[in-house]
Amino acid sequence: MKPTDIKNPEYFHKVVDCQHACPAHTPVPEYIRLIAAGRYTEAYMVNWHSNVFPGILGRTCDRPCEPACRRVRVEEEPVAICRLKRVAADNKENITALLPAIPKKKNGKRIAMIGAGPASLTVARDLAPLGYSIDIYDNQFAGGGMMRSQIPSFRLPVSVLDEEVNYILSMGVAATFDVQVDSLKEILNKDYDAVFVGTGAPRGKGLNLPGLEDAMDNVYLGIDWLSSVAFEHTESIGRRVIVLGGGNTAMDCCRTSRRVGGEDVRVVVRSPFEDMKASPWEKADAAHEGIPIYNNHVPKEFVVEEGKLKGMTFEKVEAIYDDEGARSLVPTGEDLVFMEADDVLMAIGQENAFPWVERDLGIEFDKWEMPVVNKETFQSTNEKVFFGGDSAFGPENIITAVAHGHQAAVSIDLFCRGESVQDRPPPHVTLASQKMGVHEWSYDNAVAVDERYIVPMAPLAETLKDRKVEVELGFDAATGYKEAERCLNCDAQTVFDEVRCIECDACVDICPTDCISFVSNGEEEELRARLAAPANNLAQDLYVSADLPTMRVMVKDEDVCLHCGLCAERCPTTAWDMQKFLYNVSQAGERG
Amino acid sequence: MSYQVPKFRHPGLPLNELGYTKADYEGAISTLCAGCGHDSISGAIVRACHEMSIEPHKIAKLSGIGCSSKAPTYFLGNSHGFNAVHGRMPSVVTGAALANRELLYMGVSGDGDTASIGMGQFAHAARRNLNMVYIVMNNGCYGLTKGQDSATADRGSATKKGDPNIYSAIDLCGTALQMGATFVARSFSGDKEQLVPLIKAAISHRGFALIDVVSPCVTFNNNPQSTKSYEFVREHSEATGTIDFVPLKKEITAEYQAGQSYEVTMHDGSSIHLYKVDETLDPFDRRSAISTLEEHRYTGNILTGLIYMNKDSRDLHEVMDTSQRPLNQLDEADLCPGNKMLLNINASLR
Repeated sequence: MKPTDIKNPEYFHKVVDCQHACPAHTPVPEYIRLIAAGRYTEAYMVNWHSNVFPGILGRTCDRPCEPACRRVRVEEEPVAICRLKRVAADNKENITALLPAIPKKKNGKRIAMIGAGPASLTVARDLAPLGYSIDIYDNQFAGGGMMRSQIPSFRLPVSVLDEEVNYILSMGVAATFDVQVDSLKEILNKDYDAVFVGTGAPRGKGLNLPGLEDAMDNVYLGIDWLSSVAFEHTESIGRRVIVLGGGNTAMDCCRTSRRVGGEDVRVVVRSPFEDMKASPWEKADAAHEGIPIYNNHVPKEFVVEEGKLKGMTFEKVEAIYDDEGARSLVPTGEDLVFMEADDVLMAIGQENAFPWVERDLGIEFDKWEMPVVNKETFQSTNEKVFFGGDSAFGPENIITAVAHGHQAAVSIDLFCRGESVQDRPPPHVTLASQKMGVHEWSYDNAVAVDERYIVPMAPLAETLKDRKVEVELGFDAATGYKEAERCLNCDAQTVFDEVRCIECDACVDICPTDCISFVSNGEEEELRARLAAPANNLAQDLYVSADLPTMRVMVKDEDVCLHCGLCAERCPTTAWDMQKFLYNVSQAGERG
Repeated sequence: MSYQVPKFRHPGLPLNELGYTKADYEGAISTLCAGCGHDSISGAIVRACHEMSIEPHKIAKLSGIGCSSKAPTYFLGNSHGFNAVHGRMPSVVTGAALANRELLYMGVSGDGDTASIGMGQFAHAARRNLNMVYIVMNNGCYGLTKGQDSATADRGSATKKGDPNIYSAIDLCGTALQMGATFVARSFSGDKEQLVPLIKAAISHRGFALIDVVSPCVTFNNNPQSTKSYEFVREHSEATGTIDFVPLKKEITAEYQAGQSYEVTMHDGSSIHLYKVDETLDPFDRRSAISTLEEHRYTGNILTGLIYMNKDSRDLHEVMDTSQRPLNQLDEADLCPGNKMLLNINASLR
């Protein structure tokens, strides 16, 4: 193998699994250390800079970082990264003085944003400090988009949402609420320099089954029903509720139902329990509230008697997987199952809808009626129009929308300055030794063996009574500290300097997880089999040095390195050093 | 400063026949200097014992005084241990071995502990062919007392702050051969590929097995004027050959070239394969071993690998016809066989 090029920032970035997995690439270990140090405000600002909504995300994020956490590979449960973010948000001081200054004198460029969800708000936050004049249009009465309409208050209190939305709306942004934009052409005719479309995936999918027409009065689309509850148009539901679907919206629907009158609430899903799209913790939360999940049940019919919904019938199926892992749901042949219901919520997916975008604006649409959007620049085929969030590539999640927003803002800024949107600024990267003494590091290199701490919850009796009572209480500061100590500091990189190495084997002998080997070089596949411990996780790189005096190379398998620093402590010549790698994605107006 | 090694281990660590991982053979975190060769030797012992599937409670590790003799704390944390008086480890092993021949005795000593204060003990343990592994962590200096030249320092070699040594060096391999040791090898802490199979062979050998391991002292004796530095040893070592250790239950799969390799069946049924590199050496002939050692001393090179092995070794137990059973398992009837037996003995002496 060729020597690893550690000057390429993507190499060490990949070692910080959580940050790499985060769509916005938030420097996770950096803020976790700040939380451990009790520096909550700074921890919050590291987050705010990168993901814009730390308090919201600390409660609602899909957490792509957590399955990626190295802890999963050496212990079992990942660090509770998401809930630590909330610790920073809950304990921070007033941050208004730390927010970027908004220039009084504008730069003369006007940007319109359609939709006031996380993607648009991110674009606004990045562009307002640069002097852009920003107009936001949204059909709801306040900003936040789906964070306001679809995430129930028992998961995300309105006060938290308002606070973080308002940081942005207070940046001199002109927001027009309660307005439905029916024509993109009209917006473009207002001579904006650029338009950002962040209208989400607002249309819920339905199931057209026999009986639906007669049952209509008691069948709702999940996301519409959730927003109707959020905006207090709907205050109750029947005693017996069936929720169709296995995603997070289904979980929100069933849990909301429990709070507005549903007593016998059940989730019915076609797939096996393990294949459900809902996050494991959301399924657990539903179970905690006494909501059963019936899996392997395919809905067949709405049963209506005397013009009123009685319930639904389901066909029991079994999931069969072929050699390639493709699933088919095969009926078991058992009798159809009938379940009684007063109301049915359909939460089987949502999709994009652009009836308001005229097709003669130079914006190309594909065969699925989705706009053709560049995956890196978020520019459509009309160079003035940018898309982001769910409206760009279909339903994802908040953190993805934020990531899109940052990149779209970079593009809009480049575009308005007459530069190429392809000319992306490189990330900000620093790599600095953490050595404080012969055997001392500026980070806590001891590896805590504690198992993941559980976030305390308010008593069930209280939370089920009122849909606005937040279920999770968040970690207190002491537990937050202990959970933060579980972080392995994967950004403290093991940096190897072959010129200094005397090949004494001290690092090999001390490494608790047998990551380091000194072997003759070879092709990667063959080399992986010859290391001190099997390097079978192909998703994790091998760090290979240049040739050493004995014509061997140092090979480090990054997979289960604990970043404990013992290799560097036991190295007599400081050929190993622990260096903190800080990687920040460049934002609009930054030159990398 | 880290005072303990993290508890987590590589999830894919191989298990040996007993179901143990290498981690089960480790000891406490080392307090030796960073880069000390002794830690690598500890690592090699851990590997050898793990790979041979030796039950940890069937091993006794014994040592004297010195950096080397601290080392047993850092390996085989689940085995028996005894830290003896300076240079007196062989006596303690002798006593322990006579009391219980079922344990594997792993003596760990240094150049000071062996070649200076313990020279007499070392010589007699070799002469008696005590069934033990005797590992010398040889760094040519007294590291624990700030690096003075030891008795194995070569003439002309200098430590970091010292003058060139004016005395001639004791060659422990040569001494052991002269004293009647039945297994003599030399290795280098920085070469586990050679050291691990040598330790395995030494463990399988029945009788006194010396491995003199050059183990650089990074703090006092790893400078350009030293003949026991990492760099010097790498440049000047010449291997007698390479050896492969084949455990008893494992089928031999490698192909061995005729004429250049020897297969030797060890006392415990395992075997070693020796690939000769040095044409002049016959490792089963003591005269050849002694003259090859002398030859290398003359040219200033360090001869490593298996230097001598007596295939017909008869250890102390065999020679003395000692009790097969450990003494602590003998009951009163065994120890006081009664008046009739005494009369028989007396009669036999008349």
